Amino acid sequence: MNARAFIPLAIFAVIAVLFAVPLLQGKDPAILPSAMIGKPVPLFELAPAVGDQKLTTALMLDEGKPFLVNFFASWCVTCKDEQRVLADFSDKTGIAVYGVNYKDTKDAAGKWLARHGNPFRATGFDGTGRVAIDFGVYGVPETFLVDGAGIIRYKHVGALRREDMDTIFAPLLEKLK
Amino acid sequence: MKFLAILFLLLSTPAFAVLPDEMLPDPVMESRARDISKQLRCLVCQGEDIDESNAGLASDIRKLVRERLVKGDSNAAVLSFVQERYGDYVLMNPPVKPATWLLWGAPLLVLFAGFGIAALYIRRLPKGGA
Repeated sequence: MNARAFIPLAIFAVIAVLFAVPLLQGKDPAILPSAMIGKPVPLFELAPAVGDQKLTTALMLDEGKPFLVNFFASWCVTCKDEQRVLADFSDKTGIAVYGVNYKDTKDAAGKWLARHGNPFRATGFDGTGRVAIDFGVYGVPETFLVDGAGIIRYKHVGALRREDMDTIFAPLLEKLK
Repeated sequence: MKFLAILFLLLSTPAFAVLPDEMLPDPVMESRARDISKQLRCLVCQGEDIDESNAGLASDIRKLVRERLVKGDSNAAVLSFVQERYGDYVLMNPPVKPATWLLWGAPLLVLFAGFGIAALYIRRLPKGGA
């Protein structure tokens, strides 16, 4: 049999492998790498979404310890599942979690936090989404890990699951200490 | 009936995502804004540029682009402002740099591979032609 007869099969095999590798890795190609990693946390000042503590960069950097910034909205369906996860992670590690309320209303955000839990030390109301743009946020929820010097170290896109905290955030935080 | 259908098609205008209240009063600046918007990718609906996208984030970035222009930024400064936050991916034309050489060079590589295959094939043809 002519070896040439196998050329189409060989081409098919190469293409099949090229498609199979990313599929089996289970990565979502729509999730984009963040351009903000390694950059300083943006400077901003936001009125509180709930309570009366304003959310500012200075407040977050005050302790000089790593912290989390979580972008959430009451209209975001997957956000409610991570409130408990964030609260538990904060209890366990002592890390401060700050919330930025993205394109919402204060009224809706207040009710939503009362109902699904409020893991935030302070919240900021970003009605126009301008602070989110400074963070390079393209959808909620997104969560940033910032080190004590104010440098963004990691960004997670999508709802946080307990395994994300154990396998990604806890080891990163350990390294920052 | 057919005539009417064709007439309406000719009279219709393309639907723009840019809302009238987003537009700048200065037509020169507005056209610069449109030009920049066509070079920025919408990150929510990743195949579209922000000029044609109806996503909320696209609208926010369109407004931001216009704000920066009014503040006196050059077109390049506006593009790099957005790129700093969202990365190279936000540009519809990825920049040429070591990481993208293969991307930009691939068409040339394929072209030369084609030349190679064609040369081999022609050499094997029986002499004297068909």
